[in-house]
Amino acid sequence: MTQDRPGATERGPMAANTELAARADEIVARYPKPRSALLPLLHLVQAREGFVSAEGMAFCAERLGLSEADVTAVVSFYTMYKRRPVGRYHMGVCTNTLCAVLGGDAIYSELRAHLGTQGDECTPDGAVSMERVECNAACDYAPVVMVNWEFFDNMTPESAKDLADRLRDGSDVSPTRGAPRLATWQEASMILAGYPDDQATAGDTAGEPTLAGLRIAKQNGWEPAAGGQP
Amino acid sequence: MTTVLTPELTAHWDEPDSFTLAGYRRSGGYQALPKALGMQPDEVIATVKQSGLRGRGGAGFPTGMKWGFIPQGDGKPHYLVVNADESEPGTCKDIPIMLANPHAMVEGAIIASYAIRANRAFIYVRGEVLHVLRRVHHAVAEARQAGYLGTNILGSGFDLDIVVHAGAGAYECGEETALLDSLEGYRGQPRLKPPFPAIEGLYACPTVVNNVESIASVPYIVARGSDAFAALGTEKSKGFGIFSLSGHVTTPGQYEAPLGVTLRELLSLAGGVRAGHRLKFWTPGGSSTPIFTSEHLDVPLDFEAVGAAGSMLGTRALQIFDDTTCVVRAVLRWMEFYKHESCGKCTPCREGTYWIVQVLASLEDGLGSESDLDKLLDICDNILGRAFCPFGDGAISPVVSSIKYFRDEYLDHLARGGCPFDPAAATAFGGAR
Repeated sequence: MTQDRPGATERGPMAANTELAARADEIVARYPKPRSALLPLLHLVQAREGFVSAEGMAFCAERLGLSEADVTAVVSFYTMYKRRPVGRYHMGVCTNTLCAVLGGDAIYSELRAHLGTQGDECTPDGAVSMERVECNAACDYAPVVMVNWEFFDNMTPESAKDLADRLRDGSDVSPTRGAPRLATWQEASMILAGYPDDQATAGDTAGEPTLAGLRIAKQNGWEPAAGGQP
Repeated sequence: MTTVLTPELTAHWDEPDSFTLAGYRRSGGYQALPKALGMQPDEVIATVKQSGLRGRGGAGFPTGMKWGFIPQGDGKPHYLVVNADESEPGTCKDIPIMLANPHAMVEGAIIASYAIRANRAFIYVRGEVLHVLRRVHHAVAEARQAGYLGTNILGSGFDLDIVVHAGAGAYECGEETALLDSLEGYRGQPRLKPPFPAIEGLYACPTVVNNVESIASVPYIVARGSDAFAALGTEKSKGFGIFSLSGHVTTPGQYEAPLGVTLRELLSLAGGVRAGHRLKFWTPGGSSTPIFTSEHLDVPLDFEAVGAAGSMLGTRALQIFDDTTCVVRAVLRWMEFYKHESCGKCTPCREGTYWIVQVLASLEDGLGSESDLDKLLDICDNILGRAFCPFGDGAISPVVSSIKYFRDEYLDHLARGGCPFDPAAATAFGGAR
């Protein structure tokens, strides 16, 4: 399913990869000034390698006429760029205050013990890694766990550990809200680079909390003034 | 019961195809665009000014006025940047807008670009929301195919293209000048102002940066007229907005209501604080707004009244905490967030948040002394107003406000030599998971 994606399947020196170079040119062409392409280019090299290597940074620097130091300074600022390989499925447990209080702290510590990993290293099978994430704008679904930046809502320590087990044994896993076919870490990075897959129209429009106010308004007959949004 | 909720932006979110062009058109979408293109750009700006719409990203600056600051006839390219980097803790309204109805944002962006004479717009979406990115890309592609983007849009002679840009994980990029630096391919750090983005924004050209919900409100204002929007809300806080209830509440979720609604009204609709517990503290507009307590249940949630009561309306992110929550722990976790996310540019913010975390962590463990509270307030005083952007001012809000309302709880930690609360009691799954 990822044959046309340079990130997911191909290996070899980046500079010699004509398809990767063509993608890079496309990305640069989106912007009035080339340097604006740096963030998506870094997502692109992460899609290819699973992380941002020294070679990946050199590739970006060369494409944009920057020094490698310029690129390193940017990579080190943003938490989504990984300097070492993470798992095929990277779990993010929200431990910002609201999720932490509602159970994120317990989920984090139990999941950490369950996986037996440290930092953002992955399990020996290469399947799962984890980290703390900050507020991911889903507070009405707290506590929230992300996998490759898809929402897994209203989690518990048990459901999070079960999720990790299913990711490791290759079971079908779908997010609570999001694309039914969970993207791998490298596929997700390709979407971040500006190459969405074919799942935009799949998945729900809104979960129940998203619709809570609308449902109550309808029950009370509080219709929009003239049929809703223009 | 009088009408409390006014679903406008949220009115069609329960339809399975509300995020598609067909679904949006069925509910009247893309009718504002031809109307706007038939007006002079300055008329569009005047309409948005008259509506009283104020920025929905937290600061509440009048949107039409922001557009009016863009110099015209200056010979430079102009840009619109939609700030879709929603990351303020507790804030969760823009993500559902973009999942359920990205076309409202796209139509608003086209109208706004026409008004400020921009031929290129960017939607800067935080990176950590994959499905939102798919939906926004899809909406832009659909709009392009329908002739709402590209050259000579609807025969008007107006050209526009929209670029969807994914961030890479940095709260600070929600600050508009840091967002612009990030969009230019740099570390997301704020710029000295002035010059403001309206004069020197993206690539040092005149730029408007607007929040998703602000932009998504524009089609309504153009289609219905500024009076229809201004008829809702309060004297200086016009219109409707999405209020996000989260935490220890029976029915968390998105509640769209006129500005000026109270938490008491919203909580009564949402089934109240979770069964068997009482409200302890809450944020009116995210963690960067000073906390409120049960004494503020009747404060009208508009810019003026919340400000007069000592906090800020912010993003209407109503995080509800009941009596099982340790306020010291809650504030510590927020401060760990600010320490982690401080961009490092300004010393008071970078170092101050670091030291606040050290002091708070000791207090949560029952270590230290009462003088540490004075030390915390002193550090906060040395951050306030001493950084390039509002990050530092926001970061100290939970510390200062929690000491104001819950000083005794801090002291109780010291008296007991530890935290008196059981964190398991505060979880959503309780003891019976």
